[in-house]
Amino acid sequence: MSEEKYLLEVEHLKQYFPVAQGFKKIPLKAVDDVSFKIRPGETLGLVGESGCGKTTVGRTLLRLYQPTGGKITFDGDVLYDSENKIDKDMLPYRKKMQMVFQDPYSSLNPRMTVEDIIGEPLDVHKLYSNKAQRREKILHLMELVGLNAEHAMRYAHEFSGGQRQRIGIARALAVDPTFIVCDEPVSALDVSIQAQVVNMFEELQEKLGVAYLFIAHDLLVVHHISDRIAVMYLGHIVEIADADELNNNPMHPYTLSLLSAVPIPDPETARNSKRIILEGDVPSPLHMPSGCPFRTRCRYATEKCAEVNPELTDRGDGHLVACHNR
Amino acid sequence: MANENEVQNENDYNFLLEVDDLHTSFFTENGEVRAVNGISFKLEPGKTLGIVGESGSGKSVTAYSIMQILAETGKIVKGSVTFRGEDITNWNEKKLQEFRGSKVSIIFQDPMTSLNPVFTVGFQLEEAVRLHTGKSKEEAKKRAIEMLTLVGVNEPESRVKQYPHELSGGMRQRVMIAMALACEPDILIADEPTTALDVTIQAQILELMQELQKKMGMSIIMVTHDLGVIASMCDEILVMYGGRICERGTADEIFYHPCHEYTKGLLRSIPKQDNMGEKLVPIGGTPINLLNMPKGCAFCPRCENAMKICLTEQPDEYWVGDNHLASCFMNMKDLVENREGRQ
Repeated sequence: MSEEKYLLEVEHLKQYFPVAQGFKKIPLKAVDDVSFKIRPGETLGLVGESGCGKTTVGRTLLRLYQPTGGKITFDGDVLYDSENKIDKDMLPYRKKMQMVFQDPYSSLNPRMTVEDIIGEPLDVHKLYSNKAQRREKILHLMELVGLNAEHAMRYAHEFSGGQRQRIGIARALAVDPTFIVCDEPVSALDVSIQAQVVNMFEELQEKLGVAYLFIAHDLLVVHHISDRIAVMYLGHIVEIADADELNNNPMHPYTLSLLSAVPIPDPETARNSKRIILEGDVPSPLHMPSGCPFRTRCRYATEKCAEVNPELTDRGDGHLVACHNR
Repeated sequence: MANENEVQNENDYNFLLEVDDLHTSFFTENGEVRAVNGISFKLEPGKTLGIVGESGSGKSVTAYSIMQILAETGKIVKGSVTFRGEDITNWNEKKLQEFRGSKVSIIFQDPMTSLNPVFTVGFQLEEAVRLHTGKSKEEAKKRAIEMLTLVGVNEPESRVKQYPHELSGGMRQRVMIAMALACEPDILIADEPTTALDVTIQAQILELMQELQKKMGMSIIMVTHDLGVIASMCDEILVMYGGRICERGTADEIFYHPCHEYTKGLLRSIPKQDNMGEKLVPIGGTPINLLNMPKGCAFCPRCENAMKICLTEQPDEYWVGDNHLASCFMNMKDLVENREGRQ
């Protein structure tokens, strides 16, 4: 395994935000000790409930936030390492790493035409020698995501949600990246449009060999698009496995209840399946439980869980689980 | 079907609520937006009716039309809503005030914006009880705590003193449900009740709603875009598109024998356990523009199998099975082709 080349390696990534509590500032541990790897051309799904830190992971990877600690290696280059005090300038790497945002309404500048929105990354990285070449590139990108060339001079508000998301994707693809963070790219779209966009992500990956970190809360969509899936809870990754393996053989108690809670669009299965209803709510990340973060809602919790936070351990074939009891 | 007791209680009406040929329009600067275009359905006591559709299909407007809480520009232009034999569309505001909350209540998608942030949870619950039942302050307070216990809020005595922002999303939705059910309504309308919630919390709330229905026996109208949510909950499902009902039937009929091209497309386009390895089959085109409705079938511009007749004529609802109606010309393709051939 160690010989295998990874596109992105994240080790012990930490992202704390200081929060004022009275006169004191205490850290909100949005991401706490997260490690994972992504192979070239692979899709890693990242699922979890709101507030579990999945979006923060994506943003910290692209260094939209300054990490608190850990190590990020991209394509063999160490971008950030808190121990060795490496903190590289991101601009050249932004050509390789891009992002697609959740809300296609607020992530596009309403005063810019589609041509300028898609062309902006080209301007920033100076990826053309003359105007004609710029235009040619933009039209090629628009064709790639299924937009008509006539749409180039229009503004974002003239498009539907699905089409706007296509513009956002074209913008991310403009610099020819090898890695894209997709932060809930389909959750704002209608059901009938979701499939169009999911298919497009898959087709673009086949064509361009780009790797995705696909962040979403819809487990069925994530399962469909991902090669592997990581499950997050309260800033920690509790389980990583191949998409099918995770669905057929979930091990962490949180994954079990998360999967059982997904409403299945099939009456027969829905009638026969037993939901594992979790008690209570997610604890506040300001006051994390000691030991395992999930122990307060876990059916299997023992005394050990309150003392030691379980590490991710391999249960065979790269199925990593962080639990003492399963 | 209904036992003697029930028939007596319901004043001999088999149906609690009958919506007949309802048309609701919004009169905007850009013209008349026909959000609901002639839909009819009946609701039996104690049953759950699911309404699915994407945004702009008219599912929420249908719910708001029943409650008559449409925005100022909105108006029921045609049709009737009959509750226990009385047409409520021509009731005056005073009568409607009594009707809302005590006979039919509604819970909304976003529990944060539907609770008032400047009053405590307890005050808002008591207000609902006192408005509709004429109970005293003391009794109302007792009722509020009773309701919170019923919906599974822990430590209800201290919760009543808290403000909405102090509660989590799931807790707020529980408070909304408690408020909606405080006066024991006959019908609970749930407008995307779990869309803003996480899956594990969604499972809690859906379970709670089913449990309360068993206990209190109210009917539920479940409005949602999530096919997963209605699959397990509903006795009857209406699939809406462009302000019309395109298909209705039991969950099994809709999911296993879809008879409208839109329903078929919708079911093909969602990821399920059995199509994980395959490509999804999306519905082409973009959602309907209500200002510019097609003359024939609303789904026709996006339909792969559209025929000549679909462009010009609106299909009526036809029986396609027991308890299963669909309005799609594809179900009588032979007949249509025959006729078109003759022309």
